[in-house]
Amino acid sequence: MATIDKKRVEELKEICAEMRIDLIKQLHKIQTGHPGGSLSVCEILALLYLEIANVDAKNPKCPNRDRIVLTKGHAAPMLYLALAKAGFIPKEEFATLRQLNSRLQGHPCPKTTPGVETASGPMGIGLSAAIGMALALKLDKNPAKVYAIMGDGELNEGTVWEACMSAAKYAVDNLTVIVDLNGVQLDGTNDEIMPMLNLEAKFAAFGFEVLSCDGHDIVDIYETIHKANAIKGKPCVILANTVKGKGVSFMEGKNSWHGAPIGAAEFAQAMKDLGGDIDG
Amino acid sequence: MAKTIRDVYGESLVKYGATDDRIIVLDADVSNSTKSIIFGKEFPDRFFNVGIAEANMAAMAAGFAACGKIPFINTFATFLNTLGLLSARIYGSYSNWNMKFMGAYGGVSDSFDGPTHHSIEDITIFRSLPNFQVLVATDARHTAWLVKNAIDHDGPMYIRLSRNAVPDVYDDNATFTPGKGNILREGDDVTIIACGLMVKEALDAAETLAGQGISARVVDMFSIKPIDTQLIVDSAKKSKLIVTAEEHSIIGGLGGAVAEVLSANGCGVKQAFVGLNDVHAETGPTDTLMKKYGLSAENIMTQTLKGLGR
Ligand SMILES: Cc1ncc(C[n+]2csc(CCOP(=O)(O)OP(=O)(O)O)c2C)c(N)n1
Ligand SMILES: [Mg+2]
Repeated sequence: MATIDKKRVEELKEICAEMRIDLIKQLHKIQTGHPGGSLSVCEILALLYLEIANVDAKNPKCPNRDRIVLTKGHAAPMLYLALAKAGFIPKEEFATLRQLNSRLQGHPCPKTTPGVETASGPMGIGLSAAIGMALALKLDKNPAKVYAIMGDGELNEGTVWEACMSAAKYAVDNLTVIVDLNGVQLDGTNDEIMPMLNLEAKFAAFGFEVLSCDGHDIVDIYETIHKANAIKGKPCVILANTVKGKGVSFMEGKNSWHGAPIGAAEFAQAMKDLGGDIDG
Repeated sequence: MAKTIRDVYGESLVKYGATDDRIIVLDADVSNSTKSIIFGKEFPDRFFNVGIAEANMAAMAAGFAACGKIPFINTFATFLNTLGLLSARIYGSYSNWNMKFMGAYGGVSDSFDGPTHHSIEDITIFRSLPNFQVLVATDARHTAWLVKNAIDHDGPMYIRLSRNAVPDVYDDNATFTPGKGNILREGDDVTIIACGLMVKEALDAAETLAGQGISARVVDMFSIKPIDTQLIVDSAKKSKLIVTAEEHSIIGGLGGAVAEVLSANGCGVKQAFVGLNDVHAETGPTDTLMKKYGLSAENIMTQTLKGLGR
């Protein structure tokens, strides 16, 4: 089984801590953007871009690269931070997020930002696009993998299940789907807004191999993605158990922090929670 | 500055929906954004949040309409004319069922979320559907009227709302007539026909133009379909130039609707189109974004002067 060494785990933890601090600082500064779903997907993005996926900042369009498709596009701020850590964009550029004339649009855009594979924001179409990519790579005998990162609220969309049927029909095994299972969407919890009932059984019934992991545990995510990548002959989904707003005490598990602006007192508390510097 | 358009909208649903059991409100996990939640809290039995499932929501709404209810279908405007379009066409347009498609975050009003969340084609798309009426909210008072008017009219309707607080164009004495434009300022040289947020920009432009000796009539053409043909033809007779102004693509929206009237009636007057010039905008603050993309009094001025050959 693939393993990750202890020193690297500590490094990645440190990187994630920095990403969370940079995220909250910028969202506080610009008073717009989505903190909750960015914080929950932090470790998943960091591991994919910095450890697991075959991507190269010096050659972002390399034909053999793995494709990372962030279908929950509102987590764009965390995606940009991962891209900065991976060297696709300069770190300072993150300060232009959501401002006029920026390459860092409110939601991902492949035309403007190196390392971004698809436009996203409108939910429910990203998995289908990822399946198309995976099938195209197979036709070209290209060994690259496709990773699709989805929200759990996003699974409300009917197209997601249409996509799942296609993935099973065509035995798309060069695709790994990761669901950021934070239990919360925009208006409330999944259970309040649209109960997804037994997701494991649902995906299994749609022909998927279903794995799960702790979506904030570097080692667990690492090992589970490698396990998923090894599964052949059928598509695989990882249900990554996460906390929406992870790391910021008052945001954790709250739909109200899906996309709310961060006030001064809240910023101070968030920096305290994350070990960041208010002035820095 | 008045209240936000979306707050006024949510409150109006409560006001007019309170005494009318036919009113049903549906949302797709954005009720905190569209403010349909204000109705949802008051009348939970008539409020249906179906999750992030817009196509499902629009088709469910059709079922309510088929049974005599008046469904108000809420999500961001851009998702209505994409994911909701099949039901709009088959159940709203073709079947002529009484469905109200309420486009929150019209134009670039959800500015920071960027082009994926802007709605710049909605007027064109819904205008092309037979039986549909298409209306655009001008300001807070007008928004309240739009809700009442939607209940009073039996038939499919698309109403474009907006996200933020916008300057008042109307006071409490304002009146609105279905299918009629409102003349907000008289003038003889040019007529500026605008809708939504661009009405205020048109009024500002007219004021500046007056300083340069150009008198402009300003019309709020909030009803894009049906459109006030008579008012357009009358304006064309006395104007050297018609300027249309909309927070929308210049292709097929208000500008297109006015151009159809002008040419069908042989008006022979030149038209200048102010709007998004066949481009997607970008992320940024609403005011600077609108300036950069020509959705401004300044650009109405520029296009007017250019159109008049000055
Ligand atoms: C088609 C579509 N409908 C609605 C929205 C508005 N929206 C953005 S994020 C969101 C909630 C997403 O919840 P979830 O998928 O659980 O994301 P997470 O909890 O990871 O932030 C909604 C409704 C959208 N972006 N796209
Ligand atoms: Mg979620």
